[in-house]
Amino acid sequence: MENAIEVKGLLKSYGKLEVLKGVDFSVGRGSIFALLGSNGAGKTTVVRILSTLLKPDGGTATVNGFEVQAEPAKVRGSISLTGQFAAVDEVLTGRENLILVGKLRRVGHPGQVADDLLTRFGLTDAGGRRVGTYSGGMRRRLDIAMSLIGNPPVIFLDEPTTGLDPEARLEVWKEIQELAGGGTTVLLTTQYLEEAEKLADRIAILHQGTIIVSGTLAELRAMLPPAQVEYVERQPTLEEIFLAIIGNGAQR
Amino acid sequence: MTDTTVMLGRSIKHVTRSVDTIITVTITPIAMLLLFRYVFGGAIQAGTDNYTNYLMPGVLLIAIASGVSYTGFRLFSDMQSGIFERFHSMPITRSSVLWGHVLTSLVSNAISAAVIVLVGLGIGFRSSAGPLAWLAVIGILAVFTLALTWVAVIAGLNASTPDGAAAFSYPLVFLPFVSSAFVPTETMPGPVRAFAENQPVTSIVNTIRALLEQQPVGNDIWVALAWCAGVLVVAYGFAMLVYKRKIA
Ligand SMILES: Nc1ncnc2c1ncn2[C@@H]1O[C@H](COP(=O)(O)OP(=O)(O)OP(=O)(O)O)[C@@H](O)[C@H]1O
Ligand SMILES: [Mg+2]
Repeated sequence: MENAIEVKGLLKSYGKLEVLKGVDFSVGRGSIFALLGSNGAGKTTVVRILSTLLKPDGGTATVNGFEVQAEPAKVRGSISLTGQFAAVDEVLTGRENLILVGKLRRVGHPGQVADDLLTRFGLTDAGGRRVGTYSGGMRRRLDIAMSLIGNPPVIFLDEPTTGLDPEARLEVWKEIQELAGGGTTVLLTTQYLEEAEKLADRIAILHQGTIIVSGTLAELRAMLPPAQVEYVERQPTLEEIFLAIIGNGAQR
Repeated sequence: MTDTTVMLGRSIKHVTRSVDTIITVTITPIAMLLLFRYVFGGAIQAGTDNYTNYLMPGVLLIAIASGVSYTGFRLFSDMQSGIFERFHSMPITRSSVLWGHVLTSLVSNAISAAVIVLVGLGIGFRSSAGPLAWLAVIGILAVFTLALTWVAVIAGLNASTPDGAAAFSYPLVFLPFVSSAFVPTETMPGPVRAFAENQPVTSIVNTIRALLEQQPVGNDIWVALAWCAGVLVVAYGFAMLVYKRKIA
């Protein structure tokens, strides 16, 4: 089956700074794909290109079968973006924010959709309050809820759980898993390796402008020398794999 | 069209929920109206028996010129907050993001103009103009508002600070003072008079004044409309250019 996201040879520079130097990856339909990388590796840049907010300098990117530069309107009809920083309207209430997105996406009964999402994200009590009074975590949950309206087939989540408390993080993880279970394709970036380990079907590491490794967690594990003689034999965590690979990459 | 309506509804809420901006937009022109009517008015020889009538058009233009600065400010805030990017990643007509703000400017400036006219009526403003003349006055003010609002859009898109997004309106607010808005241009020294008589505010003020007094508008109305339409077309074109560059 055709992949939901297909990225080939993606290039992007900001002035002299080459951020993406030929990025390749693909994401199967209904799967969760985690893009890892250090600060400044270019994860947000990839997400912004895939959501038609930024033009690449070269290469191709296809989302839901549509090329991002050739058919940007069709790409936008297929996606939903939760950017790295909460994109909510501070003057409106939480409920009004959800209704706003619902109306723009032409869903039937936007008010009902809004109430439903407020309940799912534990914001019912705060729904009638201006978002300007929300805590960082509440804003983030509202932000994610806004992205679920209209059931787009592909969802981008740029560091979705940064700043959330453990309970809220588990809640968001559950939502993401339910989305994928329902056939939605999820591309997420994260700094929490545990998050990628827990959620992702496939993981890719973006480092110095290219994807240096990608695969399932088991495949990434197989890349490390297994014999770690300890009192208790254990699998290396993704964090160890990550640091080992980044370390290798830096010395190349 | 629907996207623009939704965006308009959102932006109108921003206006109605910041009562302080509504007050600033109407209070300053009203203060000016009172100042000229009751403090300077007695000493000004405008050759008219109702100086409040004489003042009205200029005060309305000042209100609009300061009112549009909030459009620049609101647009700038949107770009800062990331909601701009959310809208642009959604399947909507992209330009509705700008049109929502532009139409809001029309609505909010119409409200403040109406309030100022009401205050004017309270202190002696009278007009015998019929519905057609009033319609023409509203039309000219609307085109003037639209033109300045697109200038505000350029400022909002290019600004790097909230103050920068609003600062463009200071010189615009000043223009009516060097025009026929408060004193006849004949009293000004040569070069100032030349400037005053050839800048847009004078022809707009003269047109509105003539319409309200049921006098012939002469050439002024065409000069006024040409200025407004010219600024509107150029500002709109430039704003769209800047906008397309901003959103990739
Ligand atoms: N508009 C811009 N102009 C200039 N440089 C930029 C711009 N946007 C991003 N960069 C640079 O590109 C690089 C990649 O940025 P990007 O935001 O994609 O990284 P990231 O992987 O998302 O990092 P983080 O984990 O900190 O969010 C950084 O060095 C950043 O400074
Ligand atoms: Mg980032």
